[in-house]
Amino acid sequence: MAPAVRRLRVRAPSAIPGFGIALGYTLAYLGLVVLLPLSALVFKTAGLGWAGFAAIAGDPRILAALRTSFGVAFAAAVVASLFGLLIAWVLTRYRFPGRRLVDAAVDLPFALPTAVAGIALATLYAPNGWAGGVLAPWGIKVAFTPLGIFVALVFVALPFAVRTVQPLIGEIDRELEEAAATLGATRSRTVLRVILPPLLPGVLTGFVLAFARAVGEYGSVIFVAGNLPFVSEIAPLLIVIKLEEFDYAGATAVATLMLLISFSALLAINLLESWSRRRFGHV
Amino acid sequence: MSERETAPRRAPAPQRATAVTAEPPWMRRLLIGVALLFLSVFLILPLAVVFAEAFRGGLAVYRAAFADPDARAAIALTVTVAAIAVPLNLVFGIAAAWAVAKFDFPGKSLLITLIDLPFSVSPVVAGLVFVLLFGSQGWLGPWLGGAGIEIIFALPGIVLATVFVTFPFIARELIPLMQDQGNADEEAALTLGASGLRTFLTVTLPNIKWALLYGVLLCNARAMGEFGAVAVVSGHIRGLTNTMPLHVEIMYNEYNLVGAFAMASLLASLALVTLAIKSFLEWRFAGAIASGPAH
Repeated sequence: MAPAVRRLRVRAPSAIPGFGIALGYTLAYLGLVVLLPLSALVFKTAGLGWAGFAAIAGDPRILAALRTSFGVAFAAAVVASLFGLLIAWVLTRYRFPGRRLVDAAVDLPFALPTAVAGIALATLYAPNGWAGGVLAPWGIKVAFTPLGIFVALVFVALPFAVRTVQPLIGEIDRELEEAAATLGATRSRTVLRVILPPLLPGVLTGFVLAFARAVGEYGSVIFVAGNLPFVSEIAPLLIVIKLEEFDYAGATAVATLMLLISFSALLAINLLESWSRRRFGHV
Repeated sequence: MSERETAPRRAPAPQRATAVTAEPPWMRRLLIGVALLFLSVFLILPLAVVFAEAFRGGLAVYRAAFADPDARAAIALTVTVAAIAVPLNLVFGIAAAWAVAKFDFPGKSLLITLIDLPFSVSPVVAGLVFVLLFGSQGWLGPWLGGAGIEIIFALPGIVLATVFVTFPFIARELIPLMQDQGNADEEAALTLGASGLRTFLTVTLPNIKWALLYGVLLCNARAMGEFGAVAVVSGHIRGLTNTMPLHVEIMYNEYNLVGAFAMASLLASLALVTLAIKSFLEWRFAGAIASGPAH
């Protein structure tokens, strides 16, 4: 339809100036700061070759660290998503004194440096700490066990879960709830059949963000985990250990494995999310 | 998009809930109680520990922790790194938002995905890629080393790693907001004869200033607090390449708990100030900030 000359345009016509310089700068900066460094990882991995990569990846210590990282991050993201939904609900639906303060406090893990969170959690859950002292008589050890990793990951993951669901709860059409009640549904049935289904895609999005953050977390975990190989050693720590031994090939292989597993896990969850959006989402 | 995201910031009028669309009072109290208990245990308690431990030995001991020249050097380095990294990402954020929000071009959604990429990379991996590039066995390391330029275990490496992990913050605050605002204001200014630069400074900038401040605030908090990426590239040289979070780690590992928690309390105060300003901006200028859920 458009004349041939038009088709050569890179962008839709606009009166606004500065397209070339803004996009050019964006691409150059993105390339230099993000893409070039990340490509170093890709080339280094390719340089290892299949046999070299498989030999490193088959190391039981690496496999154990990956299992710990992904397993605990999954559990932490599940717990953060469930409590995130509850907290978002309470903050959006109920009025109580100090609500604004609590709402602001949810973002604390975004703002608090991870190393600070790490030493605080380690002190708190140590056997002589405030929380550790309470749990010790019950035989529950948190600090320096995989449970410590779990607590740290719930801490960093929580805001993602809350902040993704919160806007969706604010959007729920109250008339739907009224209609359900008018038609004779009990409150619990309304919550289960009318309120929760449209929130499911949001909960899954929050889960994805929480999981992605938790898998890569380093600072808050290493202080509270104990870092025992095969028990409480996480994959990011293994990368640091390999780098300190100047084993660049090993560090690169672990990093690539982490990225590959993350991307496939996130892809799977994204597919699930878009399915649930089609199935339940009418918002 | 932004309508959806800003929705909860505008507190809805207190809902005089009719019985049918509300939980019974005991259920309400139970849910509020569980939520508050969970938040106290997981968020408030760790924060309280930081200050309790920092002041355990009294004010004099607390202040003595900052007399340590290594502690002062760490604070100076952290401020320097943030003073370089944040403006770099600020200029990028404005350029990226201008290109993405004001124009239509093929590959736009790919560009937005790439801008978010650093958020989905582990901080440790972010540090690793710079070691692979500039380390002594890296691509450019030997060549730069020959020219006497040190990147890894020096300031440039720390700045690069910090820029990488804080890369998307400002751009992703500005992009949704500027997309919502559209081009009409700028087109009017241009029609009336303003130059491109003048249009940006007098029309666009006032429209985005609160979102810009919001983005800078979050970017700065992360830049000053970044641990994983910086730990990999810094080399932990005391008084030279130790940032505040790394100083916390070293003090803690040496069982100098007051030193560790004193520095940690400074970082925690920075976090609290950040949260206070952030909440104020969200409360006062809800419509002028398109705040996304994830940082």
